[in-house]
This record gives sequence, structure tokens and C-alpha cells, in this order.
Amino acid sequence: MREDRCVLWMMIPAPYFKTGAFLMKTDRKKERSFQTTGLLSRLTYLMVSLAIGLLIWQVATSLFGLPTFILPGPGLVWRRFLQSLVSGQLQRHTLTTLFEVLAGLFIGGFAATSLGYLLAKSASLEKLLSPYLIASQSLPVVAIAPLLVIWFGPGLFSKILVCSLTVFFPILINTVVGLREVPQDLRDLMRTLKASSPQNFWKLEVPAALPIYLGGLRVGATLSVIGAVVGELVGSDRGLGFLINVGRGQYDTALVFVAIFTLVVLAMVLYGLVLLIEKQLLSWQSWRQEA
Amino acid sequence: MNSSPEAALNVHNLGVIFRDASGVVHALHDLTFSLPPNGFVALIGPSGCGKSTLLRVLAGLVSPTAGTVRYNTAQPRIGMVFQKANLMPWRRVIDNISLPLELKRLPRSEILARAQDLIRLVGLEGFERAYPRDLSGGMAQRVAIARALMQDPDILLLDEPFGALDALTRERMGDELLHIWHAHQKTVVLVTHSIPEAVYLSDRILALSARPGSIILDMPVDLARPRTPEMRYSKTFQQLTHQLRDTLQEANGLVT
Repeated sequence: MREDRCVLWMMIPAPYFKTGAFLMKTDRKKERSFQTTGLLSRLTYLMVSLAIGLLIWQVATSLFGLPTFILPGPGLVWRRFLQSLVSGQLQRHTLTTLFEVLAGLFIGGFAATSLGYLLAKSASLEKLLSPYLIASQSLPVVAIAPLLVIWFGPGLFSKILVCSLTVFFPILINTVVGLREVPQDLRDLMRTLKASSPQNFWKLEVPAALPIYLGGLRVGATLSVIGAVVGELVGSDRGLGFLINVGRGQYDTALVFVAIFTLVVLAMVLYGLVLLIEKQLLSWQSWRQEA
Repeated sequence: MNSSPEAALNVHNLGVIFRDASGVVHALHDLTFSLPPNGFVALIGPSGCGKSTLLRVLAGLVSPTAGTVRYNTAQPRIGMVFQKANLMPWRRVIDNISLPLELKRLPRSEILARAQDLIRLVGLEGFERAYPRDLSGGMAQRVAIARALMQDPDILLLDEPFGALDALTRERMGDELLHIWHAHQKTVVLVTHSIPEAVYLSDRILALSARPGSIILDMPVDLARPRTPEMRYSKTFQQLTHQLRDTLQEANGLVT
């Protein structure tokens, strides 16, 4: 399955414009039931793999007798989780991080989409800007996060900025690639039909670029979480990254684990959410058929 | 051959020159012809002779570098069918067919009624809600033809529309095209490399030379209408295909 191979990186999808496939209605039904059994077995695998992971974790902690500030057992982490939940600490910090992530995704995504559209339309603008874009991409955000915190303080703004910068590039690239992949024949068709520019945009470019664009959004959603945590680790008074710092300072390793797991769940939920949007918007693709 | 006011289309001294990385390409050279309204003309010639370019000029997708293309209406409505069906994969069959009138912002009910008529004409009842990926090559091309007819075009331009289909489907689609043409009298220009297809379908055949493309033969097809599959075995049909093949071979050394 294509999806399982590349969960995080390079989501540029397989060619979407395959036409003329001989697929009649009877075949489709078979295919769908096949997909549901696939989903069921995937769920079973997930449960089994989680159980194995927990088991190894538990065995490792009791076997090596490590102190809990080095490796807390699953039981301890679970209790710490409930404790931070009851005190409301976990929710507060999670909401802060979630807000930064979403704001960054929105702002960075908006900027990247707009610039991507202009770049796709103008080859000379692309040539003019690409050195900066490539240079900015070879620079890890981790390296400039401290700078942003110095400039804009430890508040939310610097975190949102870090998030925006992390999500910017994948969304920009996928916007450009998505628009470039719009088939020339369809552009010609719209020209022979004398479509106006807004019609060309809404009826051709948006739907045609959407599969690749949403792939970029999916990558951006997970990267945005990384951006927020990096920003918070560098300097902040709120958020899950801050919580990790607190746990580290107090040798409250169980709390660090709780924060990390929350981050994982947060990233996965966001990823799943974009995936859901994709399924809704791209139902015409016979989802995952080409996998 | 001479330009006439009652013609659907007058092409006069048309030339097209492309500039690309390898230099200057003379695609078309000094073409002059006119098409009568509701005629069916086939353009034939070797690969790369510029017949597709000519069609794109007629569609307004390529600007001529010399000469003129004049329609008898100021804003001609163009119906174009491409080699691949060229449907929008995210639109259902009915929505693909509706597109041209949707762009003209006609009332939805009117659009749907007309699309439904055309679906019946091309024999795709029951597939209105299907997506292009669920269609066979022949079905997809019928949708493309219905879409091209949607805005009641002044001219129907067909760029090797059956080139990607197997031989039998191709012949059947040819018959259906004729049936549609009888139902909706239109000026049709068909680009093809198939000599029998050109003879079977058209009233008149323009053969182009290798690049730069110019007209080497303007041949009327004297076969009765309506055409029937048995005509393919008739003497006239054989004579016409031989004549066409000889001309193309003489001019180009080979036929593609």
C-alpha cells in the first residue's frame, strides 16, 4: 500500500489522470468489499503491534530494573497521564500547541498557496525567487527558531512563525507541482470553450491540482507539529514542548513521556483529518485504487 | 477552393512557423481552402505534417504566423474532440457534458435537459452518474463528442478522435459519428491517419504533405449518403483509397 510506505514524506501522488480503464460496475463491488476486509485486518495489525510494543516496554523496565527517571514503565506513565489530565495541565498545554500548529498551518499555508500560484503562473518569477527558496529550505528551522524567539519573544507569535515557516515549503512545492500537472489538453479545452480566468481557476485548476495540493497539506500538518515543539523547546512558558522541558528539569520522565505521546496523537489526528478531507473531496478518485 | 462568402470557413495563405530550442520549424505553408457549411472534411497526411497544428489554428489555440482564418460568424463556437477523451476525471459523465454551457452560465435545468438529450444521442443512458475512470475508451470518447456538441458549435474539430481505440470499436464509432452528424448538421473537420476512415466518413479529403504541410490533394468523395459498412467493399471505395494512398506515397515516400 502506497500509503503505508510513505507516511510522512513526499506525497506527490501517482498519476491521477488515468482514463479509459475498463472497470465495470460488477468489478467495483468486488473491489470495495476487498477494501473493507483490508481495513479490518489493518486495524487488527495495529492493535497487535501496539500490544507487542507495550509488552516489550514493560518487560524492558522490569528486566533491567532501570530507575524510573531513566525509563518509567507503562503503568507509571499511564498514572502520570491521568494525573496531568485531572489537574487540567495536559489539556492546557495541548490546546496551546494545537493553536500554534493550526495558526501556523493556516498562515504558512495561505502564504505558500498564494506564492505557489504566482510561481506556477510565472516562470521568470520562479527563476527570480528559487535561489532564496532553495536556500531557505537547506536551512533547518531548528537553527533559526532561537533567532525568532529572540526577535519576537517567548510568546505565541514566535511559535506560530516557526510553524508557518516549516509548513511553507512543502505546501508551496505541491501547489506549484499541482498546477503544473494540470493537463495541457484540458487547458486547451477550456480555451476553445472561451472560459474566463475565474472559471479556469475554479473549474479546472483547483480541482485538477487538489490531489497533489492536499498531499502537501498532509505533510504540512505533521511538520507544523514539529515546528511548534521546536519553538516551544527553544523558549516558551506554555505548550507541550514547554511541558517536556519542565519534566526534564524535574527528572519527571513520566511527564516527558506523556507529552511525547500526546504530540504523537496530535500529529496523527491532524494527519488523519487531512486524509478525511481528501477522501471527501477526491471521492472521484476511487480512493486508493491504484495502490 | 476560392474564398466565398457563403462558406463556413475560409483559410487563406495560412502559414505557421514555430520557434523552439532546435530553431525554426515550418509547420504549415501557404494553405488556402474553404469549407462549405455542414460539410464533412477529412485532413490526412503523414505524422508530423502539421495536420493537428492546422486543427489547433482552426480552434484558435495557435495563432497563424501568415495568412488568415475567417469564420462566417464573428464569435464562432468551437467543438473540439481530442485524441484522448480529455474528460475531467473529477466530474461525472453528465457534468463533463454540461461543462460548455455551465461556462456560459445557462440555467441548470436547461443545461441538464440538453445534456440528457446528448447522452441519449451517443447511447450512454444509465452512465450519467459514472466517473470517467469507469468508462471504456470508446465510451469516454462518446462523452467527449457529446460535450463538443453541447454548445451547438459552428464547427466540430476532431483530432484523431478514434486513434486510441481498437479497430472494431473504431469502425463502430465512425458509424455513430456519421449518425450524430446526420442528426446535428455541422461543419466537421476530422484529422486522421487512416485512409479508409477518411474515405468512409468524409465528403472531401484534404491531403497534406510532410512538413511544412501544404495541400497536395483536394479530393471529393463520391460515395452515397448514408454510408453503410458494406460500402467499404465497393469498387468506388477501393478506387478512392488507392488513389489517396498513391498520392500520399508519391509525395512522402511513406504513409503512416
